[in-house]
Amino acid sequence: MYTQGLDSLGKDCLPTPSAATAALSTHFESRIERDEKIEPKDWMPDAYRQTLVRQISQHAHSEIVGMLPEGNWISRAPTLRRKAVLIAKVQDEGGHGMYLYSAAETLGVARDELVEQLLAGAAKYSSIFNYPTLTWADIGAIGWLVDGAAIMNQIPICRCSYGPYARAMVRICREESFHQRQGFEIMLTLARGSAAQRAMAQDALNRWWWPSVMMFGPSDADSKHTAQSMRWKIKRFTNDELRQHFIDVTAPQADFLQLKIPDPELCWDAKTLHYRFGEIDWNEFHRVVRGHGPCNRERLEARRSAHEEGRWVREAALAYADKQRPRAAAA
Amino acid sequence: MTTSPDWPLFEVFIRSRSGLEHKHVGSVHAVDARMALEHARDVYTRRLEGVSIWVVRSSAIAASDPLEADAFFEPARDKVYRHPTFYAIPEEVKNL
Repeated sequence: MYTQGLDSLGKDCLPTPSAATAALSTHFESRIERDEKIEPKDWMPDAYRQTLVRQISQHAHSEIVGMLPEGNWISRAPTLRRKAVLIAKVQDEGGHGMYLYSAAETLGVARDELVEQLLAGAAKYSSIFNYPTLTWADIGAIGWLVDGAAIMNQIPICRCSYGPYARAMVRICREESFHQRQGFEIMLTLARGSAAQRAMAQDALNRWWWPSVMMFGPSDADSKHTAQSMRWKIKRFTNDELRQHFIDVTAPQADFLQLKIPDPELCWDAKTLHYRFGEIDWNEFHRVVRGHGPCNRERLEARRSAHEEGRWVREAALAYADKQRPRAAAA
Repeated sequence: MTTSPDWPLFEVFIRSRSGLEHKHVGSVHAVDARMALEHARDVYTRRLEGVSIWVVRSSAIAASDPLEADAFFEPARDKVYRHPTFYAIPEEVKNL
């Protein structure tokens, strides 16, 4: 479903190649310069590898944790069609997590290690999933806004310099488009429904708008890794560029729904040909990133208990395979 | 919190339709080949992206070393005569 803004929130990596690796490093930089893709066994600077491991694994974690707020509504979806669609969407999010863990593993890190970091609370994931899904309209708002923001973030990553990440992104973007459209369809149905349904849609927009706008991460002035990530062509646009683009395309969609975006300062600027928008509450952003959002604790608890409760299955499957192997060899 | 030993990694190759070759798409963890096929189906073909799947233990793949690529592929580098464009044929000669 999502990444971004995250890449600038982890630990610092310093790109300081030693003399011995200087030649390799120059060759690497020139490949990046020529827009060549870097593949798993190719030489790459440690900092490039670490940046990718951090970004791809945070992205994978986000997909997995992102299953929780939506999974919350599977049993209460209003129709069988909505339920089937929501199940398919949540399965996709799980699949996206798998594509991304698979891409991260090509960098020489074990999946177990990454999962361990998430469960220990040491890894970050997108802070948007620390907000609760209180009504059915939230499922519409997530598809429309959260997946919409995610697509905007992810399309440029399809051209990322690291091959496996770029290829995973192509696959993900193709699937996300269904997510966003089904979300908008839910919003449209509610917006054209009864007064109570319209109010429900408006309430969801009120709660999800600002967290969605924050999904693009800190402003460029505060994003310490953006410059390096752009030089390495991991990132193609800055957080603020993507955020502006998101607002520009989403505001007219809200107009179509006849819903009001909860920003009194939002207005079209005919001079810049962009929407102007109000100040983002960065305190809230940092609070949620640091673990103090409405659902941070609940999300991690859910992942931990799923992991623990699945332990016997993982162990039994392994034991069964170990037992079958000599039999198969003997047959 | 401790983790149980990781399930082995399998590389996944998918034939998108008959007439095309299998192509590498990613990897899955599984205890054996049969489970790897099922996981590959669930992860990589939710929208009928394939008609056939191969899985192989990642540890069973031998790969050439990119750092040695220049030397490794060198034998083909100076043999331009292997390409049809190497040969000059007069314009008026047809069907060649």
